[in-house]
Amino acid sequence: MKELLQLLKQNARLSDAELAAMLGRDEATVAKQIKELEESGVIRGYSVIVDEELADKNEVSAYIELKVTPQPDCGFDELAKIISGFESVESVTLMSGGYDLGITITGTGLRDIAGFVAQRLATLSGVLSTRTHFVLKRYKEKGILIQDEPGDERGVYL
Amino acid sequence: MNYEQLMSQRAQAIAPSPIRRFFDLAESMEGVISLGVGEPDFRTPWTIRSAAIATLERQAIFYGANSGLLELRKEISHFMERKYKLSYCPENELLVTIGGSEAVDLTFRTLLNPGDEVLITEPCFVCYAPLVSMADGVPVSLPTKEENEFRLTAEELKAKITPKTKLLMLSYPNNPTGGIMRREDYEAIAEVLRGTDIFVLSDEIYSEMTYGAKHVSIAELDGMRERTVVVNGFSKTFAMTGWRLGWMAAPKEIIAQARKIHQYGIMCAPMVSQRAAIEALKHCDADCAHMIEEYDHRRRFLLERFAQMGLSCFPAQGAFYLFPSIESSGMSSEDFCEKLLQEEKVAVVPGSAFGECGKNNIRISYAYSLKHLAEAADRMERFLERHRKG
Repeated sequence: MKELLQLLKQNARLSDAELAAMLGRDEATVAKQIKELEESGVIRGYSVIVDEELADKNEVSAYIELKVTPQPDCGFDELAKIISGFESVESVTLMSGGYDLGITITGTGLRDIAGFVAQRLATLSGVLSTRTHFVLKRYKEKGILIQDEPGDERGVYL
Repeated sequence: MNYEQLMSQRAQAIAPSPIRRFFDLAESMEGVISLGVGEPDFRTPWTIRSAAIATLERQAIFYGANSGLLELRKEISHFMERKYKLSYCPENELLVTIGGSEAVDLTFRTLLNPGDEVLITEPCFVCYAPLVSMADGVPVSLPTKEENEFRLTAEELKAKITPKTKLLMLSYPNNPTGGIMRREDYEAIAEVLRGTDIFVLSDEIYSEMTYGAKHVSIAELDGMRERTVVVNGFSKTFAMTGWRLGWMAAPKEIIAQARKIHQYGIMCAPMVSQRAAIEALKHCDADCAHMIEEYDHRRRFLLERFAQMGLSCFPAQGAFYLFPSIESSGMSSEDFCEKLLQEEKVAVVPGSAFGECGKNNIRISYAYSLKHLAEAADRMERFLERHRKG
């Protein structure tokens, strides 16, 4: 299962037949295993790594650090769920260290994100402070390089 | 000056690379996709590179011991023990060389007297026969067969042994076929060699690249260690080709002679590479495992694609090559490769470059990304479809 997941993480568009060949299993087995992974929630979805600079030059992304007050009974979960509900929020993670929740968000411009932080996030009950970092350039995401790969410099020497 | 008359006849007798012209052509064309390269596409693991950087920052790079850093020889000794249950004394049974190829050259020069015959299992990498000739030996080709998965059999060996046979040259896991030798295969060979004065040179540079079967060294077998020189290196296992580092392991009598030649010709292997190699042997098992797993995925992927396109290929279990047969195309391997290059812009190596017995095959390297392999496979499929007979 680990090997299968690893291959899918690198390229989720590989067909069941291709995956089966690479893993030395038959196609039906691979299809069944993927279904199991999906049903058990190990696989939560499939996405695509986009070079936003090429796709839409106006998009702006930010990483926001949030300090929050944990709520009785549910700790950080309730607030994290509320924030996850915003559609423009791409990821929400609970962090150890200097702040509590880490959020990534993409908007159509600086103002868009500033507005979201000021009006939606900072006003949520339990949020103590926010720090917003704008993304200047992406180099790698989920193991995929967001840059042109260098050409093959190897030659044939025989 | 009349160079031809003045220069070494032996050097001039060496044949130039048979495929140089072909690959020069490939490099001059636009949009060519190559499956020709015989080295890993992975970069050297970062921990090894950072060890080299730290060496450059903190240490003077002086000449070192002729045999190589003792610390490195100790790690090589551990590696051979832990991987292949081979025991070599770091002090006098190991020599660190400039790549496996220097070790191969040294072995020929150490063991051969003029006229000594060297049996070379073919298909094989291209350097052995010329180096034997340069050491005054006589290369004798020992063809292996696809129907035997390119393994050497005892009968094939016996048929070629003469009173002049000095050395048997083995290279498994094999470049170009991807063939491997199992313990039982080596046992049959060992049975022929026991009680003779024939040495063995076992080039095990691809030893870590086996799929579904663990590598066996012929030196592990009874009566073989005393007559065997094992050559290995860092190029393939640790993706360190350009670092030029390998080693030879042999009884101390052989190493003592080889060391003299190495001492006068080379002095010592590059010191930055040696320091980095210590790191490789100590801390890179996980990196290597990851690379090997990926090679295996690619191998299976290509074997499956070849099966679908009707390209007959024995299921290679080692190195990072496949050696499909193109016999049914009715073309020679050179013609096949040239047409494939011209029509679909895919560059592969004709099997004939690796010996006469490879003339019905082509060598495919899968040291490439899966995306690259998939594109090449698509082109090959179109090519085969077009040239299908009948």
